[in-house]
This record gives sequence, structure tokens and C-alpha cells, in this order.
Amino acid sequence: MNIHEYQAKEIFRKYGVPTPRGGVAFSGPEARKVAEELGGDLWVVKAQIHAGGRGKAGGVKLARSLDEVEKFAEELIGTTLVTHQTGPEGKEVKKVYIEEGADIKSEYYLGMVLDRALEMPVMMASTEGGMEIEEVAAKTPEKIIKVAIDPTIGFQGFHARKLAFGLGLGKDEQKEFIKFASALYNVYMDNDAEMIEINPLIKTGDGKFLALDAKMGFDDNALYRHPDISDMRDLDEEEPTEIEAKKYGLSYIKLDGDVGCMVNGAGLAMATMDIIKHEGGEPANFLDVGGGANPDTVAKGFEIILSDPNVKSIFVNIFGGIVRCDRIANGILQATQKVEVNVPVVVRLDGTNAKEAAEILRNANIKNIIPAENLEDGAKKAVAAAKGEA
Amino acid sequence: MSILVNKDTKVIVQGFTGKEGTFHAQQCMDYGTNIVGGVTPNKGGMTHLGKPVFNTVEEAVKATGANVSLIFVPPAFVADAVMEAADAGIDLAVIITEGAPVRDMMYAKMYATKKGMKTIGPNCPGVITAEECKIGIMPGFIFKKGNVGLISKSGTLTYEAANQVCNEGLGITTAVGIGGDPIIGLSYKELLQMFEDDPETEAIVMIGEIGGDLEIQAAKFIKENIKKPVVAFIAGQTAPKGKRMGHAGAIISGGSGTAAEKMAALEEAGVKVVKSPAEIGKAVREVLS
Ligand SMILES: Nc1ncnc2c1ncn2[C@@H]1O[C@H](COP(=O)(O)OP(=O)(O)OP(=O)(O)O)[C@@H](O)[C@H]1O
Ligand SMILES: [Mg+2]
Repeated sequence: MNIHEYQAKEIFRKYGVPTPRGGVAFSGPEARKVAEELGGDLWVVKAQIHAGGRGKAGGVKLARSLDEVEKFAEELIGTTLVTHQTGPEGKEVKKVYIEEGADIKSEYYLGMVLDRALEMPVMMASTEGGMEIEEVAAKTPEKIIKVAIDPTIGFQGFHARKLAFGLGLGKDEQKEFIKFASALYNVYMDNDAEMIEINPLIKTGDGKFLALDAKMGFDDNALYRHPDISDMRDLDEEEPTEIEAKKYGLSYIKLDGDVGCMVNGAGLAMATMDIIKHEGGEPANFLDVGGGANPDTVAKGFEIILSDPNVKSIFVNIFGGIVRCDRIANGILQATQKVEVNVPVVVRLDGTNAKEAAEILRNANIKNIIPAENLEDGAKKAVAAAKGEA
Repeated sequence: MSILVNKDTKVIVQGFTGKEGTFHAQQCMDYGTNIVGGVTPNKGGMTHLGKPVFNTVEEAVKATGANVSLIFVPPAFVADAVMEAADAGIDLAVIITEGAPVRDMMYAKMYATKKGMKTIGPNCPGVITAEECKIGIMPGFIFKKGNVGLISKSGTLTYEAANQVCNEGLGITTAVGIGGDPIIGLSYKELLQMFEDDPETEAIVMIGEIGGDLEIQAAKFIKENIKKPVVAFIAGQTAPKGKRMGHAGAIISGGSGTAAEKMAALEEAGVKVVKSPAEIGKAVREVLS
């Protein structure tokens, strides 16, 4: 789960990771009030969406008067920002963060993430803050300093010194930086973070370090022990159909094609999309019904797939292991009675009791249901059906 | 021969008396797996499915001589269970549990490694040596005995691949579902080496997915160490580019973990990479003839 910049900065403050002062606002007048309370004569109005690259897309604005704060807030709220991380459809801005303008002397990058190969968290720093950091990583990897931190010893002085020397920090700055970095380590570990990124981390005119930006993601499996963080979930940032699917234990992602897919298991679901493409079609979605392909989940699956008007055929691809295929076949028949399925449904059931299942489907003799022999046969039939060739 | 487990393996089940544990332990026993007992705290002394229940793994090991543990403990407690198994001298823990916090598994894996215990999973179907020993939740009947080793990140895709191999008139030595979580136990590299060293295995099927760089590392390893033919499929060739927030993940893995990158690396290592998941079986037949 991801959170907004303003929420991440709230967590930072709790742990003593310095950030500029600021507040969130949902309208122009509210933004003005926040700015007034902050005081000063320079503010930054920042669109709050779950994506990076806001600066370049016009989602971060420097305001020199309260009128400007109000104006920028009004302009940003309600617009759709398209950045290199939102996808082409962009993300609608529903709130802005008003922050005191910082006196930037130098910009750095500081991030933390799990290194899967080393199986421990890694803190990364670079002097190339604010720039295209992925490009820096690809072209000049030596400009990114990494330290892997064994959690059984925790964040030590030597970790911090390696980063500080790598950034070319002087003796006085080092002290400040080490405090900053060890507080950040605690934020990461205590909260089961999956990723923290501060880009830019800045040094101010008076030698202080400040997190100007803050991106945080969390391990979904650990949210149960962080109710305060779970409460930060912003449903506006998620697809409504995906939220609805989750309620029924389904995992759904909408795509642009016209062949709907219903599959058990994420790997097989991805492979099903692959084979549809391989056979000349375009998948309309990813849908994993999980282990419990029962009449209710299958019916819900049909409903969700059919809520997409582009869908011209559906490929049900289930490899029955513990769940027997004959029960799934009955589930499909029951589901077609609950939900009106008006497109051809190609059904491939393999695994335990596959023969009985085929028999059940054949005997039911429903016009829209086309049984398939195997994965390839099913994909071919579903693609043909979407093209109206069935 | 086979790898990791065989008909002599003595298995205990942690989380034995729970719903999942009970159902799957019974299925494993029906397959012929030598389940010698189980562990559920505060139920020690009971008999369940005709086998003794113990309060601790230590007691279970002492009484039964078990060397492998099959774990069905709920996500919040699974790391504890893994570490208990390691502490009690278990050689291999097969962790089926889905939804384990990453931080917990990080500590559990470190402790297991320190104690010399291998792990498989979490969030995986387990391991099966065809017609001898099933330690997991896979439908046993599709795994016919043969000469093909199978390693897969995904559950149902493991069954699909095994089924295709067997439909070609071939069979499986051992199949291992390694799981797709950020922290996993045995991975491609270790298992590839085990299959390379197993005299009965003649070809290896490797099923990967988008994300991370385990497959890239495996490709490098194959190039240098594996002489037996390898067939690979990577799921997610058509997956849309995920919407992302930060860059940190991409910086650390050095690439974006796309299917195309992985397929190219494997091909370069001499692996027969199939584009369509329906061609796995046929490709295995080809590399073996
Ligand atoms: N409080 C502030 N005071 C002064 N300048 C700021 C402040 N906050 C942000 N900026 C400027 O705006 C730029 C963009 O802001 P920020 O990094 O928060 O958003 P972003 O574009 O989404 O980040 P990224 O490109 O890393 O995804 C910063 O690099 C910085 O130069
Ligand atoms: Mg930034």
C-alpha cells in the first residue's frame, strides 16, 4: 500500500526525520488558511497523488503570496496530472499539500528498499538528487552509494559514514546526516515499509538536512499490525472495480483488450494473457479467482469482467487441483444463471475430474458456452470468438 | 533418485490440527508421504489423523526422528514456526502459508540459514517427488514419474507445466514451487544445481515471472554450471507496465524485471525459452530427443 507525501511526512516527524512544516488542503480557501498559519513569504503547493514526477508535470508550484497559494491550489485540485509514473490516463488531484518554501543549498537522493538478492534492507544515497535517478543508476552506477544493513545489528555508525563520505559531506554535516539517516532506518523497520524515497533530500543554507519529498510504500502483509497506517489508505487512488474485486477475494486489473480472462492463480493468469496475445488477441483484464473458484466468486468474476464494455469473449481457464473441476463446472453453470452472460464463454477445465466437468458442460448445452480441450485450444477459441469467428 | 525428498523422508506438520493442515496432511498421507506426526501448541498428547500431536517441534523430532516440516501456521505466527523448526534441527521446512510479513520472513530465513535448515516458500505449493512423496498442496495425480525436474515461482503454472510434460509421455523427478514472495527459501540457483547433480533428472523446466531478478541470476548460473538442457517460460510478457511511485526498486535490481529482459538473458545462456505457455511440454520433448 502506498501513501501520500503529506502522510509520509507525518510519520517522518514522529521519528525525528526533519521535514519542512506543512499542511494538507482540499480547496483554495483551505490552502490559503494553511499558508497563513505557516507564516513566511514563500510556500510550495504540491499536488497529492500516488506517483512521482509531479514537478515536471506541473504539479508542484512555488507561491510568493497568499493569493498565489489560493490560486495554485484551485488550479491543481480537480485537474488530472499525467506523469511518467501515472500511466497515460493520469491521476486526478483531490488534495494539495502546502509547505513552507525551503532554502535549497544542495539536493541529494536518499532511499531505502529491500534488496531481494541480499535479503536485507539497503539504504542508497546519491549527490544526483532531484534528477532522473533511474538514469543515473543505469548510466553511472558509481554515483549511487549503497549500504546493506543486516537487521540483526541494525543501522550502525559505519553504515552512515560510508554514505556520508560517498556524498562528500564535511565533518559538521556528517553529524547531522547520521542523525537523519538513522531516524529514517527506524521509520523503515518499525513500520514494515517496502520502500522509502526522499528525492530530493536537501541541505539548507544553515547546514540542516530536510526531506523535501517523501514517498512511502508498505508491505500489505504487515498492515494488520499497523492500524494507524492502514487508516491512511486512500481509496481514491485505487480503481473502483479492483477494490470491489478484492472484497470477494478476487484480484482484478483492467486492461485495454477485448478477451476477458478468468483464471485461478496469478502465474497462470499472466500466462493466459500471454497466450491470448500469442494467438493474435488482446486480453481485456487480469483476473485471479484464487483457490476458491466457487459459484459466488465465479459469478462475481463474470460481473466484473462484463462491466467492461469492450469485452467480446471470455476465456475461463482453470487448472483444478484441490478444487475439483466438476464442482467448478457446476459453479460456472450456476453463475451464468445469476449473471446474464451475453458473450461467448470459452471454458477450459483441466486437472482433477476434468472429464466429468467436460461432460457436465456438454450436457448443459448452453449456447454461449464453448468447451476447450487445453490451454492452446481455449486461447484460440476465445480469440476467434472475440473476432466474431466462433 | 530425486532431489530433497523421497519415500524415506519423515515429515511433521506444523499447524497440524487446523483446517488447512488437516485437509492437506490427509491428502499427503493418501499420496504415500510418510507423515509421522504434527505440532500444535497446547494439543500435545492428542492423536490426529492417527498420528501423534506434540506441543513443540523439539518433542516431535525427538519422538519421531522427523527431518522435514510442512508448515500451515497462519501468517502472523509463521516466522516463529519456521524458527522453531530450525532450532529443533529440522533439515527442510516447506512453508505453504500465504501472506507472511516480509520483515518476519527476513529474520526467519537468516536464522534458518544460520542453523543449516533449508526452506521452501512461503506462499508456494510445496515440493513433490513423483509417486513417492508429496509435501505440499499440489494435486498429486498429475505428477507421473519420469526424468524432468521442475522449478516454478507460480502454483497453478507448476501444475500446467507438469501436466504438459506428462501428456508428452514424459514424467517428473521432483517438482518444487519456490513461491514468488520477496524473501524465499531455495531458489532457482540452488535447485538447478541439485537437479544437475541428480542422476535421474535429464532435463529441467524453469517457470519464472516478471519482477525481481532471480531469473537473470539463474541465467548467469546456468551458463556457467548447468550442462543438462533447460526449458523456460516467463509469465507476464503482456503484463502492463505497473503504475509506480518511486524509483528505489528499479535502482536496486538494476533493471525493470520485464519478461523480455529475462527471456533474452535465458536464451543467451543456452536455455530453450518458449513464448507460449502451451509449448512447455513440446519443448521438453524436443530437448530430450
Ligand atoms: N518545500 C519546498 N521548498 C522549495 N522547493 C521545493 C519544496 N518542495 C519541493 N520543491 C521543489 O520541487 C521539486 C519537485 O518536488 P518533489 O520532488 O516533491 O516532487 P516529484 O516531482 O513528484 O518528485 P520525483 O520527480 O522525485 O518523483 C523538488 O525537486 C524541489 O526542487
Ligand atoms: Mg521528488
